[in-house]
Amino acid sequence: MTYAQAALTALAQEMERDGSVWVLGEDLGPEGGVAGQYLGLQQRFGKTRIVDTPICENTIMGAGVGAALCGTRPVIELRYADFGICAADEIVNQAAKVRYMLGGQVRAPLVIRQPIGFRDGMAAQHSQSTEAWWVHVPGLVVVAPSNPADNHALLKAAIRCDDPVVYMEHKELWTVAGEVDEAAQPAALGQANVAKRGSDVTIVTWSSMVGVCLEAAQALEARGCSAEVIDLRTLWPWDRETVFESVARSRRLLVVHQAVKVGGFGGEIVAEASEQLFDRLVTAPRRLGAPRVPVPYAEPLETMCRVGAADVVRTAEAMML
Amino acid sequence: MNEIPPTESVLSLYRTMCLIRAFDTHAGDARRAGKLRGSVHEYIGQEAIATGVCANLDRADYISSYHRGHGHCLAKGADPEAMMKELYGRVGGVCGGKGGSMHVADFSLGILGANGVVADGVTIAVGAAHAVKMKGEQRVVVAFFGDGAMNRGPMLEALNWASVFGLPVLFVCEDNLYSDRTRTGSVSAGPGPLARAAAFGIAGETVDGNDVIAVSEAAARHVREVREHSRPRFLHATTYRWRGHLALDKGLYRDPREVERWQAVDPIVRTASWLSSRGVERTGLSRENDAAIERVARAVAAAETAPWPDHTTLYTDVQDVGAPS
Ligand SMILES: Cc1ncc(C[n+]2csc(CCOP(=O)(O)OP(=O)(O)O)c2C)c(N)n1
Repeated sequence: MTYAQAALTALAQEMERDGSVWVLGEDLGPEGGVAGQYLGLQQRFGKTRIVDTPICENTIMGAGVGAALCGTRPVIELRYADFGICAADEIVNQAAKVRYMLGGQVRAPLVIRQPIGFRDGMAAQHSQSTEAWWVHVPGLVVVAPSNPADNHALLKAAIRCDDPVVYMEHKELWTVAGEVDEAAQPAALGQANVAKRGSDVTIVTWSSMVGVCLEAAQALEARGCSAEVIDLRTLWPWDRETVFESVARSRRLLVVHQAVKVGGFGGEIVAEASEQLFDRLVTAPRRLGAPRVPVPYAEPLETMCRVGAADVVRTAEAMML
Repeated sequence: MNEIPPTESVLSLYRTMCLIRAFDTHAGDARRAGKLRGSVHEYIGQEAIATGVCANLDRADYISSYHRGHGHCLAKGADPEAMMKELYGRVGGVCGGKGGSMHVADFSLGILGANGVVADGVTIAVGAAHAVKMKGEQRVVVAFFGDGAMNRGPMLEALNWASVFGLPVLFVCEDNLYSDRTRTGSVSAGPGPLARAAAFGIAGETVDGNDVIAVSEAAARHVREVREHSRPRFLHATTYRWRGHLALDKGLYRDPREVERWQAVDPIVRTASWLSSRGVERTGLSRENDAAIERVARAVAAAETAPWPDHTTLYTDVQDVGAPS
């Protein structure tokens, strides 16, 4: 099934299992969300559990917080990460802090779905990858699945999580198909997946960049360089153990993301690895990400912002010298 | 009031509507054919609103637009060729190919930009009006937005702001009944946009947004009021979009009979009937329409053969301080 269908399956299973799980957001009913990720759910669960809202991101998010404080488990649909910014106040000042501020009297068990990334010339206000913004906010869990099976198992985990979870699918992955075990248990949040074993360089990545890095790893293999590719899956908490173990072996670290490189989450990984493993590294850790420009519309310009397999290969090879 | 308008000025409105229709007919088809990228929101069926309102504006007046913005820009006088080049992402596009369909703008014509975030253009219009007032200028600012935008916080904040500070803004709500795939009425409380504006002390009226003469007359009254007294006004224009929300949406969530009912009140056909009842030859009207189609075809040919933006432009116009690395 596709990545979108995998999320749909997970959500339906969780709604079946737990009557307190419900969804609120724009355009969920008529055609099941922007990618069909809610297709048929309103028919199946009714309009009180799949709620079509007005266009009002602040209130969608704030209402989600309020409902979470009072015994339900809302899944909040914000359509694209760009509109997650419209709801940033409620996410940062309310959802993320309420448990702490109120001395642990309450929790806000909710999921904030806000897809990231480029797709098809959507330009500057519909292409942003803001995962690092949310990682910076104490109180939030941040998840970014790279394939259908993970989207199924991680969404289940996110819905069962008692903390607020920012759940970031990638727009270009919606139609990607893969094997999904529908009976799979929820994934463990904070556990990375070693997508490919290798010994010469550790490539840490997530979301749509996992496919790009695997492609690069194959090309590197043919050139005699063995790359390990780690799919982080969860950015907060992130799986330091798996990453550090790998970097300690390969002694080289390259982080790859689609988000703007400056101030991106790659910087955090490099900093932590440098602090912990400085004496084991044989070369400076490297990052690949987009230039710090808004995403342009014209295709050749957008392509320049994309990290491709060739960039990964070139950078990894340079690290071998 | 309601004198019979001069035939020549209605003919001019007719021409503008034909141009917008021809432009968006191509834009939608080109998107469906994979020649354009991203989101293309066609304005077909709503042409009378942009046309009737902008006909009452001066070049120096400002407009802010939303995601369905091609019609507003053309009505304010933007060059169809530069607009088409923008949609094709090419050199010579109104935004140099960086913005695409959703962000068309020509500042030399007072077009402050089409916006991809619902209701954000309205707050920008209010800020523009604030600047106009600060500088003691005579300009009017028109904010175009959809009925869906009426439910977003920034919209309501903007109404309050404009009223509190007595700003020269005309709010134009293009009520096409839908917000993307949702019927706006199903998620909106109260008696409608006019009542919300009234709650902030802003007067206005509802107008048949498929009647370009009615829109133009109403806009004339409100623009005059805004300009002379520096206070906001609200125009609620009822209309319908013929196509889906965007080019790749077939609009299947709508009752086909509803679509037919609205197509029967096509603003362009109605204007043609009015003009022929005033003695304008039908053949002359179809020549006007053909001319619009040809003009768009020339724009398309120019856009298709225009070069892509140079790679160095990726890094230009980001900011002055600091390198974009
Ligand atoms: C803040 C925000 N939320 C959601 C969207 C996604 N979206 C784009 S257009 C649209 C519907 C807008 O409806 P309306 O304002 O009535 O304009 P129309 O498309 O009908 O012309 C939505 C929900 C957005 N662009 N911005």
